[in-house]
Amino acid sequence: MNSWINLDALWKIMVVGLLAGAGLPALFAVGVRALNPPARTGDDLAGRPAAGPLGYVVAGVCFAVVLAAIGWGIAVIVNHS
Amino acid sequence: MTGNDVVLALVVVTALGFDFTNGFHDTGNAMATSIVTGALPPRVAVAVSAVLNLVGAFLSTAVAATIASGLVNSGDVTLTVVMAGLVGSILWNLTTWYLGIPSSSSHALIGGVVGATIAAAGADAVKWQGLVAKVIVPAALSPFIAGSVAALGTVLVYRLTRGVADRPRQHGFRIGQVGSACMVSLAHGTNDAQKTMGVITLALIANGTLQSGASAPTWVITACALAIALGTYIGGWRVIRALGKGLVEIEAPQGMAAESASAAVILSSTDFGYSLSTTHVATGSILGTGVGKKGAVVRWHIAHRMVAAWLITLPASAVVGALAYWVANGIGGTIGVAVIFVVLVAASVAFFVASRRPAVTPENVNAAWTGSVVPTTPRDEVAS
Repeated sequence: MNSWINLDALWKIMVVGLLAGAGLPALFAVGVRALNPPARTGDDLAGRPAAGPLGYVVAGVCFAVVLAAIGWGIAVIVNHS
Repeated sequence: MTGNDVVLALVVVTALGFDFTNGFHDTGNAMATSIVTGALPPRVAVAVSAVLNLVGAFLSTAVAATIASGLVNSGDVTLTVVMAGLVGSILWNLTTWYLGIPSSSSHALIGGVVGATIAAAGADAVKWQGLVAKVIVPAALSPFIAGSVAALGTVLVYRLTRGVADRPRQHGFRIGQVGSACMVSLAHGTNDAQKTMGVITLALIANGTLQSGASAPTWVITACALAIALGTYIGGWRVIRALGKGLVEIEAPQGMAAESASAAVILSSTDFGYSLSTTHVATGSILGTGVGKKGAVVRWHIAHRMVAAWLITLPASAVVGALAYWVANGIGGTIGVAVIFVVLVAASVAFFVASRRPAVTPENVNAAWTGSVVPTTPRDEVAS
């Protein structure tokens, strides 16, 4: 069975794929949300709440992690040679 | 031997031609979603992708002769076999591109070489278990892996940004989308340009120009990098349109989820030594984002058409490769190889002419989907 299907590689791909492929966009989404807090009821469209200092910190951390992961991805490509 | 040198030159030119079709066939894998959501203007998108493919081709310098080793007995591979295999794979690539079907260029290449090898040395020369384990099983699994990752990513992204207004959300995710699409382009350059480098190196070894086990000379790496980049820049607009507009109507957050899933799955599979087809992964991801978003339009009949094309890619290019071998071998020698080369060039020109009327261009690639690859009302919706 194992010579026909490489299960060992498959589950690793699945785990890394889920963490990086779904986790990073999710983190990015958290960053986008932190920068653009949802409007409270009663706010008109022009007066959307601006992100507070905490929002900027959260967004900064999220985007930094995403960038670091991209750097890791490039390192993987380069080191694979 | 001058005759051999002519054959070698034809094989190298044909291999670079394959690399070129590989480039424009696969532009859509990385850039289709960014083009349809307006994250990048069409021409800028293909230019960025071309540069990253060029860089990627140089980044990863270890050239494994992935196509031949493990799939066919390399002792049975002659220059004529390589040439016939390339003819089969290019013709199949052009056919699927004309129809706007994102089929795997690596499958076309493997199918062509396997078909030509069977024609030359019989079915025993093919390592069937290697073919199943390294090519067929990964091909069957990769769309599901990539699709489920992309679907989960899409669900998470939409849930997490639920209260965010549409405009900042579109804006933010377009930036993220460009980043993730760039990663896919880079990964494509490192993976796919290498296959052609491997084929040319194999031909040089078969000819005795290089010692067995030699790595690719610099001129081969440079030529392959340029060929795939040029192909990418020309842009397979038919495939881009089919992937980006035909399969699923895509928004920026979906585009980012799809490209991130593709990049993560391709890179991790490269790292774990399990090579998946970029095309199958990208198509699976785009389908996955359609499944992951409530109310998204997924055109399953187009997905079925693509899957059908995937299934016949290996056998179809194998048949063309075998036919090409029989013709070349039947005529014999340098003239035989020259004849299939001329036929290939004529067929390529015919495909190009047919694709011009009407053409799918950067100007009409985003026109509303009306059931066909070629927009029925050009310049519709372009201004948006």
